[in-house]
Amino acid sequence: MGSGEDSDGKRSLPEHLERMRSRVEVGSKVPSNSEGVYYSGAYSSMGVDNSLSVSDLEKRLKVKILEKEKDRIVFELIGIDAPIANTIRRILLSEVPTMAIEKVSFFANSSVIHEEILAHRLGLIPLDVDPNLFDYMEEGAEPSEVNALKFRLKVQCTKVAAVPAEAKPSLKYHNSDVFSSMLEWEPIGEQAEVFGSKPPKPVNDDILIAKLRPGQEIDLEVLAVKGISKDHAKWSPVATAFYRMLPQVELLKSIEGADAIELKDMCPSNCFDIEESGKAVAVRPGQCTMCRECIRHGDWEEKIRLSRVRDHFIFSIESTGAIAPEDLFMRALQVLVDKCGNVVERLTESLDVSSAQARASTNKEHLSHLTRMSTGR
Amino acid sequence: MNGAVEDLAAPIKNAEDKAKLLPAFLQVRGLVRQHIDSFNYFINVEIWNIVKANSKVNSDADANFQLVYTDVQVGRPSVEDEFRAATSVTPQKCRVRDITYSAPITVDLQYTLGKEVVKQNGILIGRLPIMLRCCRCLLAGKNDLELAKLGECPLDPGGYFIVKGTEKVVLTQEQLSKNRIIVEPDSKGLMSATVQSSTHERKSRTNIIMKAGKMYLKHNTIVEDIPVVIVFKAMGMESDQEIMQLIGSESEFVEAFTRSLEEAASLKILTQEAALAYVGARMRITRDMPRSLNRTNLAREFLAHTVLAHVPVVEYNFRTKCVYVAQMVRRILLALGDSSWVDDRDYYGNKRLELAGQLIALLFEDLFKTFNTEVKKRATQTLSKPHRAAQFNIINLFPVSIITNGLESSISTGNWHVERFKMDRAGVTQVLSRLSFISALGMMTRVNSQFEKTRKVSGPRSLQPSTWGMLCPSDTPEGEACGLVKNLALMTHVTTDDEAGPVAELLYILGTEDTSVVSGDEINDKRNSLVYLNGLLLGVHSNPDALTKAARKLRRKGLIGEFVSVCQIEGQNAIYVACDGGRVCRPLIIVENGSPMVTQTHLDELKAKTRVWRDFVQDGLIEYLDVNEENNALIAVDEESVQEETTHMEIAPLTILGVCAGLIPFPDHNQSPRNTYQCAMGKQAVGAIAYNQHRRVDTLLYLLTYPQRPMVETQVLTLVGGDRLPGGQNASLAVMSYSGYDIEDAVVLNKASLDRGFGRCCVIKKYTTSLKRYGKNNLRDRLAPLSATDRPPGSRYEALDADGIAPPGEKLVPGSIFVNKQVPSDAALTDAMTGSVTEYRDAPVTYKAPVAGYVDKVVITSNENEDFLIKTMVRETRRPEIGDKFSSRHGQKGVCGLIVPQEDMPFSDQGICPDLIMNPHGFPSRMTVGKLIEFVTGKAAVFEGRFGNGTAFAGDKIDECARALVKAGYSYTGKDFFYSGMTGEPLRGYVFAGPIFYQKLKHMVKDKMHARSRGPRALLTRQPTEGRSRDGGLRLGEMERDCLIGYGASMLLMERLVHSSDAFTIYVCQKCGLIGYKGWCQHCKSGVEVIMEDISVDY
Ligand code: SF4
Repeated sequence: MGSGEDSDGKRSLPEHLERMRSRVEVGSKVPSNSEGVYYSGAYSSMGVDNSLSVSDLEKRLKVKILEKEKDRIVFELIGIDAPIANTIRRILLSEVPTMAIEKVSFFANSSVIHEEILAHRLGLIPLDVDPNLFDYMEEGAEPSEVNALKFRLKVQCTKVAAVPAEAKPSLKYHNSDVFSSMLEWEPIGEQAEVFGSKPPKPVNDDILIAKLRPGQEIDLEVLAVKGISKDHAKWSPVATAFYRMLPQVELLKSIEGADAIELKDMCPSNCFDIEESGKAVAVRPGQCTMCRECIRHGDWEEKIRLSRVRDHFIFSIESTGAIAPEDLFMRALQVLVDKCGNVVERLTESLDVSSAQARASTNKEHLSHLTRMSTGR
Repeated sequence: MNGAVEDLAAPIKNAEDKAKLLPAFLQVRGLVRQHIDSFNYFINVEIWNIVKANSKVNSDADANFQLVYTDVQVGRPSVEDEFRAATSVTPQKCRVRDITYSAPITVDLQYTLGKEVVKQNGILIGRLPIMLRCCRCLLAGKNDLELAKLGECPLDPGGYFIVKGTEKVVLTQEQLSKNRIIVEPDSKGLMSATVQSSTHERKSRTNIIMKAGKMYLKHNTIVEDIPVVIVFKAMGMESDQEIMQLIGSESEFVEAFTRSLEEAASLKILTQEAALAYVGARMRITRDMPRSLNRTNLAREFLAHTVLAHVPVVEYNFRTKCVYVAQMVRRILLALGDSSWVDDRDYYGNKRLELAGQLIALLFEDLFKTFNTEVKKRATQTLSKPHRAAQFNIINLFPVSIITNGLESSISTGNWHVERFKMDRAGVTQVLSRLSFISALGMMTRVNSQFEKTRKVSGPRSLQPSTWGMLCPSDTPEGEACGLVKNLALMTHVTTDDEAGPVAELLYILGTEDTSVVSGDEINDKRNSLVYLNGLLLGVHSNPDALTKAARKLRRKGLIGEFVSVCQIEGQNAIYVACDGGRVCRPLIIVENGSPMVTQTHLDELKAKTRVWRDFVQDGLIEYLDVNEENNALIAVDEESVQEETTHMEIAPLTILGVCAGLIPFPDHNQSPRNTYQCAMGKQAVGAIAYNQHRRVDTLLYLLTYPQRPMVETQVLTLVGGDRLPGGQNASLAVMSYSGYDIEDAVVLNKASLDRGFGRCCVIKKYTTSLKRYGKNNLRDRLAPLSATDRPPGSRYEALDADGIAPPGEKLVPGSIFVNKQVPSDAALTDAMTGSVTEYRDAPVTYKAPVAGYVDKVVITSNENEDFLIKTMVRETRRPEIGDKFSSRHGQKGVCGLIVPQEDMPFSDQGICPDLIMNPHGFPSRMTVGKLIEFVTGKAAVFEGRFGNGTAFAGDKIDECARALVKAGYSYTGKDFFYSGMTGEPLRGYVFAGPIFYQKLKHMVKDKMHARSRGPRALLTRQPTEGRSRDGGLRLGEMERDCLIGYGASMLLMERLVHSSDAFTIYVCQKCGLIGYKGWCQHCKSGVEVIMEDISVDY
């Protein structure tokens, strides 16, 4: 087997190595080839250059949106390596800032829920406000219009007159359930004008905070500040962000007749169809969940080959609602760009210590911000 | 419906319906019924028996005086205030106020004084602590809403006492059964027959032993062993032939017994007189023996009433006792020839369980006797005074505190010291552990045996086949108490005493011939069977099968008590009938002619609620069998295994387990020690304790913030309420290796899960302060309120309110003062004697815990001892940290080794990130297959939107669950495709992942971590104090020392072992070299010329 040449005149790898490079094999017992080959000179003995060139990347990189809902987006990200895709995922999970309730001042709490727990619950409520409008609250800084949002929760549970005793508590009592919608925004400074028609509020109105019974009350004030999920999961902009590699189902042998029917019935995700000739074909490999049911029994593993495409990611982002999912992706990229910038800056710094020192003194503010971003406070 | 008639005989369609009987049973009985039943029996029956037996009190001073109790009642729980006015009280109030939940015991009485007869009713003689949920308890028969109104948790089982605010359980005590012959080799290897006789009047132990081919009687009261033949003669059986006939005329018996006969003959004891004299000469004379009797008469008394005290001797007719002794001899001879006649002490049919009611009855009997003695003493004192001024009223002389205090102190200390009955036991009661709901429940079913824990015996510790279905095979502690502390199985019932008279009568009516009318040959005839009732030989019966059958039939008809057991022992030609208390028994479905009596119709009726548990027993469909009778039964596990000869069928196989083991999902797939470990660990799981948990004022409360109902439940869990008061959370678990921080069972936790509330818990501690009163002069501690300016923010006084107590919600940091108390200064105390000026000095109560907490609630109350009691509950909320202990429900505990940010955690194709990662090495050696099944079942249940069923022997089928996984697009094997969170690439193997119920155990590093550089020393030895609570030093022990020696760190060793431990500085005179003070040498009598050098002395 020799290595061929593709249309660009670049040498390409022999088939089995190419397969190894581009696919993760999904066996019935164990996956193989799970790690990619990133070393630029990995195939140099065969005269194949494995380095990543920007132009190549530009050519290969494709993004295709598959599904888009209010809080969720699923798209294909083709042509990048797993570490890059993972970086984006990691940033989404931990480093894109949002606003979340951080400080709770209690004036009264006679509910059954302890203050610490109540504060914890409040903290986890996603807030519908763009964090880009805010600065980070510095250590010891006073809350102000540029770094904090203030909400007030004042609920008292009372009896509703003339309701039979067997009725549901929600009917019998006024304010028996405390919902996130009851958090009232109190603008600080100019905030009222800034936010105008779109006042900050919790993303969901029906998050149950506490339950009250007549005579009990909750009166508290909260401060929401900007933060990142590295500090606490409440600042996470996503419910989750993850990807999976594109599944591939190949039929190694022709499967016909009863076997074909068996195969079609076996697959829970309905990946196969039977052609008129009675042959099974994998028509919807994208639906495959890699459950390995089709290769679990007997010698099916010899007939069907399951694999995943190494550079084809099906990425999903589920936003908590504060930031639109597509926006989230862009912000994550921005964080990545900033990080790279940071590295570049530091590199230059260490190459040219004196100039870096000079810059450090003039641009201290900026630097400290970046440092914090990368170390996660 | 047309098919109704056929349906009547229709077999039970599925096992699930049959298992519905279990809830029906538990509904009427509850898990702690045995305690409550026995206490009810005491209140309703036993207490009157005791009072009746001791109903007369006379006085030595006045022969005409007599006090007679005519009735006794136990009232409703109440509390007396200073003016002795009783008000009703709830258990919750008792817990909060540190008082005893007790009810008055009142008697009706009449006493004669001269010609006068005075009758009085409802006179208080003492107060009895009341068991929760017994028939006198305020909570009895209340529904959930009413219970909630009383501040009580509806799921709380009751069955314990509240004494001085603490909940106390009287543990069930296991004992060797009384009045039964046990034949076994004694400590010297001699074959002996032992009987522990116990009647209301007397308790004694009688042995008959075979020594050098001859038989002897051994008893505490006689100095040396007496030949058994002499005993026979002393009991009036002078003829050797008669003796031999009673024992057995077959040649083997004659041969074996001849030497014993010869011995008596050679001693020349032939008559009853001679024999009695012989016995009399060998008796230990004690003070309480009547002086009026000579030795011969004493011997007669001794044989009649002390030897085998439970065999009645009426007017010195020893016939029955002779027969009994003969049977003992016969059993020994048989046991010598055939080892199958040797009894097994550990066989559970030979055990009796003593419950709260019996133990308290014992205590009460003793106290009541003391009470009467005291009444008699006081009456005599008063009556013997020549000129009585005040009118004599016996009631004023009642020492009420004897019974009240006696009961209270015994229950609160657990010391059952009753000299009268030669009883001295410690640890009978224990504080009800409220660590978790399960721990409280588990404690109620615990059985304690009397064996010494330190002894290395295996017999009593090992699992007896006879405990099948009665005791939980899994639930026992590890270590020294292993096998000695047991737990009752789910359906076990412990009997209470039933009247023997009617049963005996019935047995006679059914053809039993009294031993007094039959000859020895007839007794020992192979065709006849001996009939025993509660260990007493009643007579012989010529057709044992018929008798057994008839007696059982009568029981099923309800004509004799449902708990009477009839057991026929084939090889022994004996029928044992028992109706005594303390036997363990369990219900079984009766099977006749190869088909179970319980049919589908009955179960449908049960479902329709037209039939309850009682009906099943009354209609003869289900009956209770005790351990002995179980030996006569052939019990099928399920319908399929019912055969022609089958007599009974199990209600549900899972009932062989106890409560704690019943909570384990799929325990039938686990290696057995794992279930045992889980039984112990379930009790340490932090979770919800009770519905009233926030109102409780326990010393230490651990509460899980977000407890969850397990994804995989068991039938037992739902029945006992473990789903409503759970002890853990469903964690999404991945079984994989991750970092090196998961070795040795450590788990890796997801930081985001912790942020979102996984494993978060509250620890609430109680701090009690009281304002004491000194002397009579109203001198007492006081609160010192501070003005707002005196408690500025940031000071130690910050948390205080205007009244001098920190209010709820206030934060306490170490060193904060939460009750600003002042106590009278010492000077004022001395002054108090003169009753004048009072000076106070500050004695604030400071918060000493190492971490900050918040005041949860403050209770200000009073009780009989303290009239101003301040209980402050301080709460601390904790999130899991490295070193906290977690465990699954399969005895797989592990500490948290690492907390990893979510982005570093692996994630699956579906975006699932595990909460917890566990190393797969935990499985092969533990063999907890049940856990693997819990994974798959739980995962399948999630996708099917239901709860999984992990009931023992009846759980979800693994194959079905795995199929459900495939349907949901997951792998049949339960292993999923995961990506590394760090590199983003697929992992090299599939990862077994799914939801599993995880318990957070109470062991948390926060409570344990400790270090000190320098700190307090003990006053006496000047060595560092011990223990974390005293900020103690950490011991550099022998092994650590060895390490340092090995390493050669000599200076460190010097510093640790010499300088830092006991160094002491003394002053030595430079001139004379003697020890002196600083600046003064006593020897030189000078402090000027002499320079005192300080020298460090290391010990
Ligand atoms: S792995 Fe599962 S989903 Fe994919 S094709 Fe095979 S059976 Fe279908």
